[in-house]
Amino acid sequence: MSEIVENPPHPEPDDEAIPGPLERRAFIKVAAAALGACYAGAIGYPVYRYLASPIEQAASVGAVNEVTLPDALNLPKNAALLFKFGSAPAMLIHHEDDTWTALSAVCTHLGCTPQYEPAEKRIFCPCHGGVYDPRTGGNISGPPPKPLTLYLVEITDGKLVVRRS
Amino acid sequence: MENSSSAAPKPAPFRPDSVAGRLYGWVDERLDVGSLLALGMKKRVPEHQHSFWYYWGGITLFFFLVMCFSGVLLLLYYRPGESSHESVRQITYDVKFGWLIRSAHSWGATLMIASAFVHMFSAYFMKAYRKPREFGWWSGVVLFVLLLVFGFSGYLLPMDELSYFATKVGLAIPQVIPGLGPWISDMIRGGPEIGSYTVSRFFALHVVILPALFVPLMVFHLVLVQKHGMSIPESEEKKPIAERRTVPFFPNFAMKDLAMWLIALNVLALLAALFPWGLGDAADALKPAPLDIHPEWYFMSSFETLKLFGQFISGEFGEFFGLFVFTLGLVLWTLIPLFDGESKAGVRGRLATYFGLLVLAILVVTTIIGYAVLPAVH
Repeated sequence: MSEIVENPPHPEPDDEAIPGPLERRAFIKVAAAALGACYAGAIGYPVYRYLASPIEQAASVGAVNEVTLPDALNLPKNAALLFKFGSAPAMLIHHEDDTWTALSAVCTHLGCTPQYEPAEKRIFCPCHGGVYDPRTGGNISGPPPKPLTLYLVEITDGKLVVRRS
Repeated sequence: MENSSSAAPKPAPFRPDSVAGRLYGWVDERLDVGSLLALGMKKRVPEHQHSFWYYWGGITLFFFLVMCFSGVLLLLYYRPGESSHESVRQITYDVKFGWLIRSAHSWGATLMIASAFVHMFSAYFMKAYRKPREFGWWSGVVLFVLLLVFGFSGYLLPMDELSYFATKVGLAIPQVIPGLGPWISDMIRGGPEIGSYTVSRFFALHVVILPALFVPLMVFHLVLVQKHGMSIPESEEKKPIAERRTVPFFPNFAMKDLAMWLIALNVLALLAALFPWGLGDAADALKPAPLDIHPEWYFMSSFETLKLFGQFISGEFGEFFGLFVFTLGLVLWTLIPLFDGESKAGVRGRLATYFGLLVLAILVVTTIIGYAVLPAVH
């Protein structure tokens, strides 16, 4: 690693068959680098998995396709409740015409949790003033670039189930 | 190669026209790395039949770095206080490779204390504490004591049955100090019993206070080694200077040091992977102490000595007497450079060696007795 400059290439002309000192040096360099890479991998891989462990856990928790909300049917009209869909917050709205909307409650701008405003009949994100349509999740005004993700709502046997569409 | 002139040209580790060489040149122009490298090549390390012991300080340093790295990783998931045992359970069983990181930290502690023992005793028997290296010895002794406190405080953090009772016993010892004893124990525990307050206190000690004391002292210790150079044993001192052999620190000694670090890493990896550190049931103050209760091996000697004293001298005085003997031994151990300062294999020199052998014999014998009398519990 340190002495290339001090040792000029081997002067003998007939050293093609026999590995000379330079070949040996080059071989040792490559072998040392390979061994170093093995050690780096053997330490790096467990450390990476250790650090990534909560992310993997959250991914397995978040991989749900439906959530049953047993008490949701008690929700008064023109009101909303927040619930966890996997690991992220979601919103269920009971409209005045007795229809239901469920959508993601993660603002598409910078990830704040917005709220339903019954008086204005809109979803409002206080962080940067984003406004969404409470029936379609469409981004109406403010900085949000995309609509909120809509979920399906099914009421069967007196239970309310929210499903990924 | 043996001759190193004082005005040596700056070393060039890479071909100057290669990418690495140009990058190195750019950095060297600004930070003068070359003169540091030249210093390492000029610095020489003595080589003789006892050179093997020179590596143990470096091995201890390596394990310290392992402890910092694995400790920071454990810090990401460990929670002191009420949920300490649950968080260590999660690290051991839920988090990917958490068992390995924790095992490396626990085995690293054991190996670090073991190599510090070897380093300290080899420095003692080679009389490396003599003038002008007294401060090297004293900083080393303080570092060693801090290391034991590191071990003691870290042992409680998982808050399982064994660590709970080991700490309970350990903290009952200062209680026999006349007058202040009970107050000292209460202040360390954060109350009359070991609980979540004790864990939080030990946690703060283990990850903030001890490192803040240990690291500057370790730097001081290492600077002194650079300042004074390696001490040579008396057998080597007797030789004429022309017959003493030395090797350059860089690359010769540094490469051997690196080889030792690799061996140390392999030993640690094997122990951590093949013998994963266990985790007992959560500590329960209403359960009796397990029959085979015993401290970590590095406290076994003092644990057994206190037990032996207790058999001969009954009551609290026995404990107090044991504590007094330990303190006296540690003070003598620390002050050895003052007793054995300049003697060159004279009578005083031999006395110090006998004292060292006696200390070593007591440590080994009491440790063996301690393990021999443990009841077999499966």
